[in-house]
Amino acid sequence: MKPVPKPTPETQPFWDGAAAGELRIQRCQACARHYFYPRPSCPHCGATEVEWVRASGRATLYSYVINHRPARGFEDDGPYAIAVVELEEGVRMMTNIVGVEITPENLPLDLPLRVVFEQRGDVSVPLFEPAGGAA
Amino acid sequence: MSIVIAGAAETDEVGRLPRHSTTALHLEAARNALADAGMTKDDVDGIATVGNPGPIQLAHALGITPAWLDGTAVGGSSFLFHVRHAAAAIRAGLCHTVLITHGESGRSRVGASRFGMAADSLAGQFEVPYGVMGPATMFTLTALRYMKATGLTHEQLAEVAVAQRRWAHLNPRAMYRDLITVDDVLASRLVAYPFHLLECCLVTDGGGALVVTSAERARRSPVHLLGSGEAAESPIISQMEDFTTSKAFRLSGEAAFAEAKISHDEVDHLMVYDAFAHVPIYGLEDLGFVGRGEAGAFIAEGHTSPGGRLPLNTNGGGLSYTHTGMYGMFAIQEAVRQLRGEAAAQVPDAEVSVVLGNGGMFASAATLVLANRLP
Repeated sequence: MKPVPKPTPETQPFWDGAAAGELRIQRCQACARHYFYPRPSCPHCGATEVEWVRASGRATLYSYVINHRPARGFEDDGPYAIAVVELEEGVRMMTNIVGVEITPENLPLDLPLRVVFEQRGDVSVPLFEPAGGAA
Repeated sequence: MSIVIAGAAETDEVGRLPRHSTTALHLEAARNALADAGMTKDDVDGIATVGNPGPIQLAHALGITPAWLDGTAVGGSSFLFHVRHAAAAIRAGLCHTVLITHGESGRSRVGASRFGMAADSLAGQFEVPYGVMGPATMFTLTALRYMKATGLTHEQLAEVAVAQRRWAHLNPRAMYRDLITVDDVLASRLVAYPFHLLECCLVTDGGGALVVTSAERARRSPVHLLGSGEAAESPIISQMEDFTTSKAFRLSGEAAFAEAKISHDEVDHLMVYDAFAHVPIYGLEDLGFVGRGEAGAFIAEGHTSPGGRLPLNTNGGGLSYTHTGMYGMFAIQEAVRQLRGEAAAQVPDAEVSVVLGNGGMFASAATLVLANRLP
């Protein structure tokens, strides 16, 4: 089985969102900027007045590698893309690219993507696929 | 007060050392460095180290009663931080002579810590679920973005490994010494596209140690610390601000150059922690030796190779010499050898050397400016 993340109190809303099929990130109510990973205060201005918002789920491909030595649980996937994507809201996160054959030709940087979720045990993990559908 | 490296040595051997525990590697390196300094354990009143077994056990095992301890653990750059912190402590009168040790059974894993990140850690939640397999799948993540931004080619990335092998070819202690070509690199197996096996560092056993003290206490021709800087960026690679440049490299380099009051053309020799082939490219640019996007061509044109104007990673680096896991100690050791005129691949008349250490995956960095003379 692929690794299953274990939420902590400050990250629980992110994982609750994923379970509900929503990509949730935080936004500072003082400076109005989004941020990720989950933290109790804004890394831009330091304010503690922060809220959880639903991200659009739209992103672009910022960078990636195609891993040829599979981690535990990934043995049957063939070479897979470990990627960093930039959400429309401006924050970045690591993910896997799915829904497309994993080749450099199919994965130009800045490729438009959209979030999908994969169930792992009792946790749902956000992954991304090409926004135009399977290539 | 001039702070100096008064003793420096590695373990008798580096490479595959299954009969050495992690602690034994530390202790052998420590004894060798003290002997190199012409000192005994009783001359030491400060200790700094990272990882297993830590400064308390190290001091105890050596029979040292420290008045000052530093266990700063920020990855493979930690030893550069230790040098900087030791200099500050000595200047402040907290201690007078500091022993800095490294030992790591990176390959044989004898008495070594276990790998693995807890599922509720930051990486455990936001990186591990995506099938990362150690630094080869994380440190490398920035490269494609850098390539798109600057036009760096796959061949130029491979040239980094080719250039460093030229140095390793001259170093009998290097693990890999046979000369290689760009074609060899690109034909080696893909580890994590765009990185091939020969663009990834070795995994070895070994250790090294330093004795840092004031110039007055040094008993052999010392290497002076002219300046240093330290910085940190993101604990996980996905949150690095800009994948085309390391903030920690830039900030630590700026601080070190400012304190040393030197210009880049005064630098005779450079060590840049090279866990993967793209890291020296970032180092050359982020330290200001070349402009943005120029490092790939600079290396490919031979400027960092033997006979070039900026000899870089002259022991062969982590790619060809040795890489225990926390390579920073070996980068400092090679700079000291060059400044003493004792290197296997000696750079003629090397007087000023800059060492850039990376910790984690672009997570921390420290820079040292070392010289065999005062300005």
